[in-house]
Amino acid sequence: MSIFVDASTRVVVQGLTGSQGRFHGLRNRAYGTQVVAGVTPGKGGQDVDGIPVFDAVADAVAQTAADTSVIFVPARMAAAAVLEAAEAGIRLVVCITEGIPVHDELRLVDRLASQFRGTRLVGPNCPGVISPGRCNVGITPGEIALAGGPVGVVSRSGTLTYQALQELTRQGLGQTTCVGIGGDPVPGTRFVDCLRAFEDDPETEAVILIGEIGGDDEERAARFIAGEMSKPVVAYVAGMTAPPGRRMGHAGAIISGSSGSASAKVEALRGAGATVVANPTELGSAMAAVLGRAQG
Amino acid sequence: MDLFEYQGKQFLAGMGVPVPAGAVADTPDQAVAAAGSVGYPVAVKAQVRVGGRGKAGGIRLVRDGAEARAAAEAILGLDIRGHLVRRLWLEAAADVAEEYYASFTVDRAERRYLGMLSARGGVDIEEVAASEPEAIARLPISPNGGLSEADARSWAEAAGLASDVHDQAAAMLVTLFGALTGGDADLVEVNPLIVTADRRLVALDAKVSLDDSARFRHPEWEEWGTAEWHDERERRARERGLNYVGLTGTVGVIGNGAGLVLSTLDVVSQAGGTPANFLDVGGGASADVIAAALEVVDGDEKVRAVLVNIFGGITRCDEVARGILDAMGRVDLRSPIVVRLDGTNAEEGRVLLADHQSDRLVSQPTMLDAAQAAVALAAGG
Repeated sequence: MSIFVDASTRVVVQGLTGSQGRFHGLRNRAYGTQVVAGVTPGKGGQDVDGIPVFDAVADAVAQTAADTSVIFVPARMAAAAVLEAAEAGIRLVVCITEGIPVHDELRLVDRLASQFRGTRLVGPNCPGVISPGRCNVGITPGEIALAGGPVGVVSRSGTLTYQALQELTRQGLGQTTCVGIGGDPVPGTRFVDCLRAFEDDPETEAVILIGEIGGDDEERAARFIAGEMSKPVVAYVAGMTAPPGRRMGHAGAIISGSSGSASAKVEALRGAGATVVANPTELGSAMAAVLGRAQG
Repeated sequence: MDLFEYQGKQFLAGMGVPVPAGAVADTPDQAVAAAGSVGYPVAVKAQVRVGGRGKAGGIRLVRDGAEARAAAEAILGLDIRGHLVRRLWLEAAADVAEEYYASFTVDRAERRYLGMLSARGGVDIEEVAASEPEAIARLPISPNGGLSEADARSWAEAAGLASDVHDQAAAMLVTLFGALTGGDADLVEVNPLIVTADRRLVALDAKVSLDDSARFRHPEWEEWGTAEWHDERERRARERGLNYVGLTGTVGVIGNGAGLVLSTLDVVSQAGGTPANFLDVGGGASADVIAAALEVVDGDEKVRAVLVNIFGGITRCDEVARGILDAMGRVDLRSPIVVRLDGTNAEEGRVLLADHQSDRLVSQPTMLDAAQAAVALAAGG
């Protein structure tokens, strides 16, 4: 099994006719994902390499039974695009778009939580969700992932996720699902949501968690690991040497006053029993050791 | 983007918050003229984006032109906790009866807004929070709800503000919250929020941070554009559209993806070095972007070696390799470059660099190897 997506996932690409949407939508399809529709207002009736384009998500859902959306529209329109998908009954919305204003994001996440409980938002500002061999929704390069499990991966960073996938694959350790939750201050899906799903997924035996400075999501994850998780967690937190008060690339990666430092997160995760590595290149070997498997 | 105090006051005044009349000055002559136009007594205040300027001698009260000149001469050029004073704000001195504290922020952990209000203003609020947490009234605000004047009034009561200013405070708190949400700020802090001797509420200081992601709908922010950079290196990087944060070490760092670059800084430190900067070239960087990044990082006089750490996803490693060779051919880079390429087209990239290996350009297979090599070069140079 996997979490959030599987081989039956039917994807609509919001912004399919744009350069990013087209490139990654076709790449996802080439990976084997069922990319069944695109949406661009005003371009309904066209197609992108055979994928039908609709004016609205509701039309795409009615015509193609899409249940998952991936969003490549510009930041100023992205929050509205997520809401449109939720209103159309989409179950999983993966928002790749970076640079959504924080107030828009906060109001969006609040509305989803109060009015659209059946819709999960992953992102914004994330690489997406991949279940190797089954489904790739987003921009993760599928070739570095290995099908078959038993490791689940959840991360706030795109490129560090790729690094982790490569390290696991080198060790012969496959992945059940890899979820990039994104680098924004108010992500739709947080570490705990993914840890809970991995804990409930019979195919997942252990989890890699990649955090970074800013916020308290890693600390919340630590409390969940200590209190409710039976599966082992291997973690890495980026930003041990980051200066306070400076935004380090991601909108959410900032140490504010005394909160959000990497050392506090590492301490919390260690205290919860997670194996914390000092360097992302050690994620694969540490996971192999935790699972008691020799390099394969 | 953090605003200077005077910019924060312009921002709040535009939203309808009362602030003292004032003017900026960059020289003692301008300061004397500004003080004269404001009317004595005048507070001369250093404009730096760091707290504690009062204790550091960055604020003086003056009564005439001679005092204004002396104060300006003393404060301009002052180093306040690593921040050089280049500009002054001169404002009409206030007759202070009470000092309060008010702030609104995005509470990312709880996914809502948080207001903080206290009758103990004028001091470091983190100290108040530590020593007297009950002196701060915290108000969670729903993102789709908002703050009513009635709620704000009860809040002012709960915080222990003087009863004769409750109505005034309620109106001002609603305005400040509107400045946060409508103004696309992620922090609005007024400390102190004063009551004058004639019982008027005035924002005597202003700390405002704007959400850079909302810039597209705020053309008026352009006039505050200079607030974006902290030093000359950052200004050069911004001109080239690069995501750069200046640090103090000798190993320049370039990578793709915020997490990977953050991680690279850590690995450089683990290898015994000190990173000179954070520079994320983002996804899909072209050869031109890599070349521009190398020029900016190499332009930092402290840099002794540059580490380029790429894990290609959308970014193609052969493009990165071309950018490195292009930059080396175009400009005379002072620093040796250590390169680690992995991911999309990594092999093609490594092959491109293989013919050019020298003491100026070194390829390494892993992030750790590359960091160690760069640290060794920085130490040796």
